[in-house]
Amino acid sequence: MSNTNYIGKALSRVDGPAKVTGAAKYAAEFNVPGLVYGYVVSSPVAKGKITKIDAAEVLALPGVLQVFSHENVPMLALLDRSYKDDVAPGGSPFRPLHDAEIKFSQQPVALVVADTFELARYAASVLKIEYETVAHETDLETKRGEGFEPGTGKTGFVPPPPPRGNPDKEFENAVHRIDQEYVHGTQHHNPMEMFGTTAEYLDGGKLNVYDKTQGALNSQRYIRQIFGLSKDDARVISKYTGGGFGSGLRPQYQLFMAVLAALELKKSVRVSLTRQQMFSFGHRPHTLQTVKLGTNADGSLAALHHHALHETSRFEDYTENVVNWSGMLYQCDNVKLGYQLAKLDVYTPQDMRAPGAATGLFALEVAMDEMAYAAGLDPLEFRLRNYADRDQNLDKPFSSKKLRECYHEGAAKFGWEERNPAPRSMRQGNMLVGYGMATGVWDASQQKAGAKVSLSADGKLTVQSATNEIGTGTYTIMTQVAAEYLGLPLEAVDFQLGDTDFPAAPVQGGSWTAASVGTAVKNACEALGEKLLKLAQQMEGSPLKDAKFEDVEFVNGQLRLRLDPGQAVVVRDIVQASGETKVEADATAMPNLIKQKQYSLHAHNAVFVEVQIDEELGTLHVTRVVNAVAAGRIMNPKTARSQVLGSVVWGLSMALMEETVMDHQFGRYVNHNYAEYHIPVCADIHDIDVLFVEEEDDIVNPLGVKGIGEVGMLGVAAAITNAVYHATGKRIRELPIMIDKLL
Amino acid sequence: MNSFTYTRAEAVEAAVREKSASGKVKFIAGGTNLLDLMKENVERPTRLIDINRLPLTKIEAAPDGGLRLGALATNADTAWNAEVEKRYPLLSQAILAGASPQLRNMATNGGNLFQRTRCYYFYDLATPCNKREPGSGCSAIGGYNRILGILGTSESCIATHPSDMCVALAALAATVRVTGKNGERVVKFEDFHRLPGDTPQFDNTLQPDEIVTAIDLPAEDFSRHFSYLKLRDRTSYAFALISVAAALQLEGNTIKEGRLALGGVAHKPWRDTTAEALLKGQPATEETFRRVAAKVVEGAKGYGHNTFKIELAKRAIMRALKQATEGMPVADAFQNSNP
Repeated sequence: MSNTNYIGKALSRVDGPAKVTGAAKYAAEFNVPGLVYGYVVSSPVAKGKITKIDAAEVLALPGVLQVFSHENVPMLALLDRSYKDDVAPGGSPFRPLHDAEIKFSQQPVALVVADTFELARYAASVLKIEYETVAHETDLETKRGEGFEPGTGKTGFVPPPPPRGNPDKEFENAVHRIDQEYVHGTQHHNPMEMFGTTAEYLDGGKLNVYDKTQGALNSQRYIRQIFGLSKDDARVISKYTGGGFGSGLRPQYQLFMAVLAALELKKSVRVSLTRQQMFSFGHRPHTLQTVKLGTNADGSLAALHHHALHETSRFEDYTENVVNWSGMLYQCDNVKLGYQLAKLDVYTPQDMRAPGAATGLFALEVAMDEMAYAAGLDPLEFRLRNYADRDQNLDKPFSSKKLRECYHEGAAKFGWEERNPAPRSMRQGNMLVGYGMATGVWDASQQKAGAKVSLSADGKLTVQSATNEIGTGTYTIMTQVAAEYLGLPLEAVDFQLGDTDFPAAPVQGGSWTAASVGTAVKNACEALGEKLLKLAQQMEGSPLKDAKFEDVEFVNGQLRLRLDPGQAVVVRDIVQASGETKVEADATAMPNLIKQKQYSLHAHNAVFVEVQIDEELGTLHVTRVVNAVAAGRIMNPKTARSQVLGSVVWGLSMALMEETVMDHQFGRYVNHNYAEYHIPVCADIHDIDVLFVEEEDDIVNPLGVKGIGEVGMLGVAAAITNAVYHATGKRIRELPIMIDKLL
Repeated sequence: MNSFTYTRAEAVEAAVREKSASGKVKFIAGGTNLLDLMKENVERPTRLIDINRLPLTKIEAAPDGGLRLGALATNADTAWNAEVEKRYPLLSQAILAGASPQLRNMATNGGNLFQRTRCYYFYDLATPCNKREPGSGCSAIGGYNRILGILGTSESCIATHPSDMCVALAALAATVRVTGKNGERVVKFEDFHRLPGDTPQFDNTLQPDEIVTAIDLPAEDFSRHFSYLKLRDRTSYAFALISVAAALQLEGNTIKEGRLALGGVAHKPWRDTTAEALLKGQPATEETFRRVAAKVVEGAKGYGHNTFKIELAKRAIMRALKQATEGMPVADAFQNSNP
């Protein structure tokens, strides 16, 4: 009966046409008048100081406007806190061009600005800089036993809970035990779009800053604090982001550089990083983990120990939640978790898709597979026997948890029961076949967010929020929410984002945008709805005169009585009759903490994979993946499925390809380009099946959505590793699994 | 700007003349490698001579009954050429195992011979590299050398030649036709590229005034028993860790003639005629292949991260020879998804 019910429908992206036709503009594509170009010079050394910068020759080149370095940067903010962005960890943030000290290889040391990009690039290549080096430390392996426990400097970091039960004794007494180390190297986000900023210099010295970021407001606050700008001085705009994966959660140094140069030169300036420079900032940290598991005779977990040590920079203590998941994913009364950092001469790590969980669950879920074999149990059965109905870290029930259904439906779809548990027992032709599975869990969180709606007399609804779109489908889903709540056709809704003039929203991360901004949009639409009802009641002969807001609904462009749909007013007519050109409302949505604090709020998934391995040659293909995801209400099965498909590819990439290799001779990443830092190509990807097990959950937020940007990748790397063991009998505990590890 | 002159050569003689002029002169054809190297400041030519208008794009019969591949025929046109596919399918397969369709559409046969190594350090100006800057040292020997050479390496350089096409050309005993100031000469394929020794800055034996005009394939028939096996870190668009071009002529199960060349192992496409001699007259069995594989890696040297390549090379040789024998040139259903 109603055709304006959009939530839950598999709709195509509303921003799709703009993206495929090139109409969607990215930060480095705004060709504002009078634009000049900056090129960043990166340090070839890892530690030491700059002893001399000789810019004379470069400045003499016609068309070169300035060389910025620590020697000529004007007085800027003095305090560390001015350089802290919304997601900065504890410590002292890196200040670009601040002093002569070199803290990491590829540190930006100068910005050359010229009339053309080519000239700036050339000038940067001939700029003479001399360095004095001192010995660097870049090898985490040398820091074993030297870790320290970080403070709680970073938003979202939860230190591991204290030990519960008697983990040491119960481990010693366990019938079956495993005790192993798990490792993955450094990984870089490598979104397609390189970081870039176009700082447009306006009359009166104000700036329009087009930035690649996952949070326009975060970028704005950062430059306001550093350069002493008012909110009106610097508007930050970020309508499209060509992939983020966490790399855009913190402002990167090109933003600082572009704004600095624009303010100093009083010109519009663009600074884009090169692909090589994309390896000069945050990354998923190299992490060493140990997991010890003990089980009782019945296959129940007797003890669980999980310890992680990862790198951070000398100047900040980056933290992520690596081990906490191990205290809540399975029922176990004797748990000991440990988490430590070690300082190296590298840049600070940074959240990368499912930070912490991607690392910790790789270790836990491979260890669970090892334990299943040690206990003589099917890996799925072993997990079901240890299923947690309660979050033991928090000692709270889950608001909803259909992981059991994910296990069963995923296993059925995959054909798990056809698995012969013995390693090396399954073959197809000359190939060894392996089945592996693993579990994922991620937070379902909601942050404070705002939205504004405006309905014009021609029936067009404009919705605004300063959130970002990183390719996840935010434009589409928010359009659906607004259209549904106000009963308008999708085409009548224009959702706008990525502008600091819009109502505040948090950085686009943590899988919280659908929940946070979605609720804000819903609230704003409801506020507008109440206004519209009041206006409708003032219309001559209004059939809604005595109606309360609960009595009406917005459907098919009409405001009508729920119980007597014939009694209706056309929504567009309400605005026209009011004599105004538009009717507006705004709202802020906050998580309902009173309701939420009694529960543990999480999304889960179960991943099943098939690998085929040519053992002699060490070649491996992930031939089938089934990913069953329980993440509350699915707003749009099409964009949601795309998210999970991308997640599976991401997990596969982590399992088989990605590693930024540090050459300790130079303290420098050697494969810092797309040719040698591998991510999968189409030929690496085979069948991927995505299942959603929907959950009804009005505790997480009023929309019942949990977010799926991250949970989908969890379990993938472990499931592949486990499948490799099943296929070959070879247990690999260090990612990525490349040919040499399979020989 | 990095200033360079750009001119177009309309005839081979003019190209040769211009190339012998002073300065750092480079020919540019497809530019698929040269442009990257220029952007990275690894190559800084002062004169670029565009040779795309030279009349060298044909693929035609050679006087001895073989096939002549024009230096400016693209890799794509060569791989999909009907004569190449019919008579030299090993070459088609090797070309299609490399790069991406877009790159193969631009890349030329002559240019393929001049690809420079993908050694990480060669590309990174912040690190020493004897090939890029003679005398500065080799960072790879004591560094991260997983993708680098195990055969014919020197104390100066362990770089590998990255081409797939050249591995097949080496196995097929192709010859390279070059023209210089003193006229034309023909170079055996194994003599075209060189080992690094203490002058790794030189990738090949071409003289400064010379240009490659064509590659000749001899009139030998390896069209039934061949295999190009490429092992790499992803299924497409990655350079070989190890590649093997194997080609056999069989009488029953007896090998009349056998050819073997490897990529990803040395400064040049690695054809081993001593090992090939162990195939001749022998039965096409695992035992024979094992002896041959052992022979190829006899002098191999690992440098730590790349030591696995010695064992992998042996296995790949055996597999490629087996596949060639069986007339089943592809290792598994997922390999070579590129075409």
